[in-house]
Amino acid sequence: MTEEKELFACGHRACAGCSEPIAVRMILEEAGPNTIGTICTGCLEVVSTGWPETAWEIPLIHAAFENSASVASGVEVALRQLGRDDTHVIAFAGDGGTFDIGLQALSGMLERGHKILYVCLDNEAYMNTGIQRCSSTPLGTSTTTSPAGTYSIGEDRQKKPIGAICAAHCIPYTATATIAYPQDLKKKVRKALAVNGPSFLHVLVPCPTGWRFSSEETVELARLAVETGIFVLWELEGGNLQNIKVTKKPKTWRPVEDYLKQQGRYKHLFKPKKRQDVIEKIQQDVDQKLIELGITKET
Amino acid sequence: MTKMTIMGNMATALGAKLCRPHVIPAYPITPSTLFPEKISEFIANGEMDGEMIRVESEHSAMSAAIGASATGARVCTASASQGIALMHEMLFIASGMRLPIVMAVGNRALSAPINIWCDHQDTISERDVGWLQFYAEKNQEGLDLMILAFKICEDKRVLLPGMVGIDAFVLTHTVEGVDVPDQKLVDDFLPPYKPEKYLDARTPITFGSFGTPEFYQEFKYAQVKAMEESEKVIDEAFREYKKVFGRTYQKITPYRCEDADMVILTLGSMSGTARAAVDILREEGKKAGCIKMTVYRPFPGKELIDVSKNAKVIAVLDRDITPGLGGALYADVAAQFVNRTAHPVILNYILGLGGRDIVINDFKEIYDKSHQALEKGIQNPVEWINLNKEIL
Ligand SMILES: Cc1ncc(C[n+]2csc(CCOP(=O)(O)OP(=O)(O)O)c2C)c(N)n1
Ligand SMILES: [Mg+2]
Repeated sequence: MTEEKELFACGHRACAGCSEPIAVRMILEEAGPNTIGTICTGCLEVVSTGWPETAWEIPLIHAAFENSASVASGVEVALRQLGRDDTHVIAFAGDGGTFDIGLQALSGMLERGHKILYVCLDNEAYMNTGIQRCSSTPLGTSTTTSPAGTYSIGEDRQKKPIGAICAAHCIPYTATATIAYPQDLKKKVRKALAVNGPSFLHVLVPCPTGWRFSSEETVELARLAVETGIFVLWELEGGNLQNIKVTKKPKTWRPVEDYLKQQGRYKHLFKPKKRQDVIEKIQQDVDQKLIELGITKET
Repeated sequence: MTKMTIMGNMATALGAKLCRPHVIPAYPITPSTLFPEKISEFIANGEMDGEMIRVESEHSAMSAAIGASATGARVCTASASQGIALMHEMLFIASGMRLPIVMAVGNRALSAPINIWCDHQDTISERDVGWLQFYAEKNQEGLDLMILAFKICEDKRVLLPGMVGIDAFVLTHTVEGVDVPDQKLVDDFLPPYKPEKYLDARTPITFGSFGTPEFYQEFKYAQVKAMEESEKVIDEAFREYKKVFGRTYQKITPYRCEDADMVILTLGSMSGTARAAVDILREEGKKAGCIKMTVYRPFPGKELIDVSKNAKVIAVLDRDITPGLGGALYADVAAQFVNRTAHPVILNYILGLGGRDIVINDFKEIYDKSHQALEKGIQNPVEWINLNKEIL
């Protein structure tokens, strides 16, 4: 552990067990103080920038919800023009600010080739406004706008494959990460910051409030997501999905049910009646994805 | 100084170039597309430093402008109509963060129906976003006002963004003789932008904080004070400009108003037509005058009262409409006089929407209608000029 000053200070107002500050701290530990950050409207902004305080020990700008990528584009070009381009630029955004309302700005930033690390902190819903569904919300998830009910299994669409969409822009580096694997995450940040162009890091950040699990289980949930294959840790250089490299494979793969049953957002799949059909569908989707990634499960 | 015969877009682009912006995020839209094209050309030919960001939308243009300006760069952009409407959200954020971004505008009507021609709806609709607003009558003014806008907006007492409007086609695509000042003179007039606070890894600060009810109102008040402060800064800059470049600018420019019974208030390119119309009316023995408004935000209320308080009637011409009320400028003007015991009758004329020509006869009609209202009483304070009732 380093003795250096935390670049995302304690005293922020995130919920107990929130993994957004954990992820940000890990990323900034790797990036160091010579970094300018941009953030979106959303939980991260609300909990860290309440005037006259700030949790950020790096220069930071929050402008709006959908444009972390375009604000960062302006920062990056300005740094170059002003001869200060030894400074890293990291654009942070929630899943809403990335998958949905910010997708256009993100695509523009990737396509234009800015040297920016874009980090999507994915808690799989619009948490700041009260757990509404997003195109990042997985099938079967109950949210306030995709509630489970007599005629509803919760969210009825698949999670948008954001990593593949970003990689399809033929950017130098795309990766996924989560807070349960700090070394993996930090290594990816290091690689991303070293490339000469845009990079995209998709970080799964379990949310105790929105996923409804107990606040001490955050890291465990992140690990379970990986061990069940729900969230695969991988990296990719360039735009060819054939070249995806899986960076973490569990010793034994666990059934998705282990992950689902720990979270209130999937409670309806177990009670009052077990929805084996939905659980099986989720399992099949995971198995299919692993096959596509060339992973064979050892039994 | 070089004399050039150029279109309005070229004039604003040259004005921008002379200000040496570091970053120019821009997106094409008729009628201001020539601006990003010209800037790209200047950079491609090595005539200009700075970098264009070829963004994927106007929303991103203004977002990137905000990021670049907050990093300490001088930033310029251009847009119009739908583009400005798409930027709307970010315009508030630029002024709220006190970033002196300058935008050249080709003033154009808003959809629907879609229309690419001139009116002032695009920028008038942005009157509440906290930007300074300047309107040019001719291409020379477009160039000069770009330089002036940077000078005024970057002043430490102001630190607000500003927009410079030139009328769609009537100016953007019309060639006129323009004096292009020497770079050296502009460099002396407008020194490099050196903000005290910007995004810098050596002294980290947070831009765009969360402002709770205990603090938000004070942020807005400080912003409004800066806008008020800009009134003085504008006068100083106009005086200095006259000294250095020899051209006179005023927030409002009255013409034959001293003894006028009726003054006609105009924005933009119709102002020249207004002066010609006033001359004709005068020849007919009618005591008309007119006022060109160059600065619309901050609103030059004091100056307006000064030159028009003795008139019997002020005819406010709006090339915009606030449905359910009338013209926006009309409401602004009326607000200046409302607490004075005696004041002129204030009448409103809506005209020239979506590029409909504004001609001398329109001014004659406005004079006659206003005269009639004085004699016979006001029927309708908001009248539409040149409305083709047959197709209604
Ligand atoms: C243009 C716009 N639309 C809607 C909102 C309301 N809003 C603020 S944050 C947010 C959701 C944020 O979700 P996400 O990006 O996933 O971040 P999280 O809060 O979950 O970390 C929404 C809908 C807004 N601020 N701006
Ligand atoms: Mg979210």
